[in-house]
Amino acid sequence: MKVLVPVKRVIDYNVKARVKADQTGVDLANVKMSMNPFDEIAVEEAVRLKEGKEHHAAGTATEIVVVSIGVTQAQETIRTALAMGADRGLLIQSDADLEPLAVAKLLKAVVEEEKPDLVLMGKQSIDGDNNAVGQMLAALLGWPQATFASKIEIGGGKATVTREIDGGLQTIAAELPAVVTVDLRLNTPRYASLPNIMKAKKKEIAMKAVADYGVDVAPRLKVQKVTEPPKRAAGVKVESAAQLVETLKSAGVL
Amino acid sequence: MAVLVIADHDGSIVRDTTHKTVTAARALGGDVDLLVVGQDARAVADAAAKIDGVRKVLLAEGAGLGKALAEAVEATVLPLAEGYDAILAPATTDGKNYAPRIAARLDVAPISDIVEVVAPDTFVRPIYAGNALETIQSSDAKKVITVRSTAFAAAGEGGSASVETVAGGEAPKTTFVGEEMVKSDRPELGAAKIVVSGGRALGSAEEFHAVMDPLADKLGAAVGASRAAVDAGYAPNDYQVGQTGKVVAPQLYIAIGISGAIQHLAGMKDSKVIVAINKDPDAPIFQVADYGLVADYKTAVPELMAALG
Repeated sequence: MKVLVPVKRVIDYNVKARVKADQTGVDLANVKMSMNPFDEIAVEEAVRLKEGKEHHAAGTATEIVVVSIGVTQAQETIRTALAMGADRGLLIQSDADLEPLAVAKLLKAVVEEEKPDLVLMGKQSIDGDNNAVGQMLAALLGWPQATFASKIEIGGGKATVTREIDGGLQTIAAELPAVVTVDLRLNTPRYASLPNIMKAKKKEIAMKAVADYGVDVAPRLKVQKVTEPPKRAAGVKVESAAQLVETLKSAGVL
Repeated sequence: MAVLVIADHDGSIVRDTTHKTVTAARALGGDVDLLVVGQDARAVADAAAKIDGVRKVLLAEGAGLGKALAEAVEATVLPLAEGYDAILAPATTDGKNYAPRIAARLDVAPISDIVEVVAPDTFVRPIYAGNALETIQSSDAKKVITVRSTAFAAAGEGGSASVETVAGGEAPKTTFVGEEMVKSDRPELGAAKIVVSGGRALGSAEEFHAVMDPLADKLGAAVGASRAAVDAGYAPNDYQVGQTGKVVAPQLYIAIGISGAIQHLAGMKDSKVIVAINKDPDAPIFQVADYGLVADYKTAVPELMAALG
């Protein structure tokens, strides 16, 4: 089974995003960038499908292709995935910040070329927080989807996926080929070992341009402004639990 | 202008998130219709017809529609889309699951998780885990939007819309296998007026429940948890409050042993009143708390229980 894993280069999870003074966006100059954490989980699961870790049979995945759409430096993100165990990479270079619909259309073109049996990807990127590309890719391909996966089992031509939904867990079976988007508790991604980082340097990353795919990536949304959320002022300190209850009662909260 | 709202329900009752999404829909202007997709969902449709400001309720019933599979909802909505300028769904896990599929099939840019309607084509939504708000204007003729329900007031009841039946779609390549829903007598986390949340300081699952459950029961509150507490296995997944979990905005939020990581604050900072109990006076949670008590939960919570009487 061939697995395609789309990955995105985003602001590092531990860095606080700061809004630019001119309200045109978030300041990414000299900010640490990393692989989107949900995508890291998708890469890890793909590698486990290949290695036969956990409940997966060895060789469930035979080839893992990683694709990223973004600036030239997104090669580093792909390289990280290769060091984790993916086989080869593809970067579709774009300096523009593409919208989810455009990304889904580009990925559809990649899927038609690569013909994977499974697309494994993060449920959302931690910059745009749209939570849309996986679902849109599945719809454009006419494929079934299983979003927010916390467990994946491959067998019988299906992906049986446990999903994290409001109020609990739901398990569905989706016929392959399918798109599965992953949630936080699916696995804990590995750190790449030094030998694997060295090996990854020799793996191939194909470079393409958005124009190579002939799809419409024109923006549909205009960002009018990006602002900081209203700040909550720090309140008062109380001395004891009894005083807390008294204060809440007199404020009419209890 | 006509807006279609896809209702959120559990098969017997219409969830509050639907009423709140109707409020967002009315802010766009024009007629608001509700679509109820389900199995044996007539009672849900009749209840939905009572929501204020709803023109009519469309009911799509089918044996395979009980679990809101994304492909089935997509196939139900697409034939109806022509009659509407905007399609709205609550930003629940169901809404987030099917809305982008519908948008993709209509060749529309989806607009996720809006917290404000500025104009019928302009919306505010949080990005970067709530660290920034973007105001975006859509050039698409049709809009597909999910609504962060905690940002909107619930539409009232008192309407008497008609109920029409429409055809339901199918999900030929997906089958429902099972579900494991958490059963609780406490209010639902997303809808509770009071939420008490515990953090990693509680140290174990036994301690978490021993401390949080009696306090929640005394206050009639829902129990939440920080991601750190969930990741450590102290609390179940669906307790998680934060950007990657539930976004809550209760009247009163009590954070116990929670330091206040950015990702947690994104999930609760719109609460009306925030109380923090933490032994670390420098914990970031105190920067957003209306009332802070610097104390070890081990002594503070029993005292709190006693003071509540």
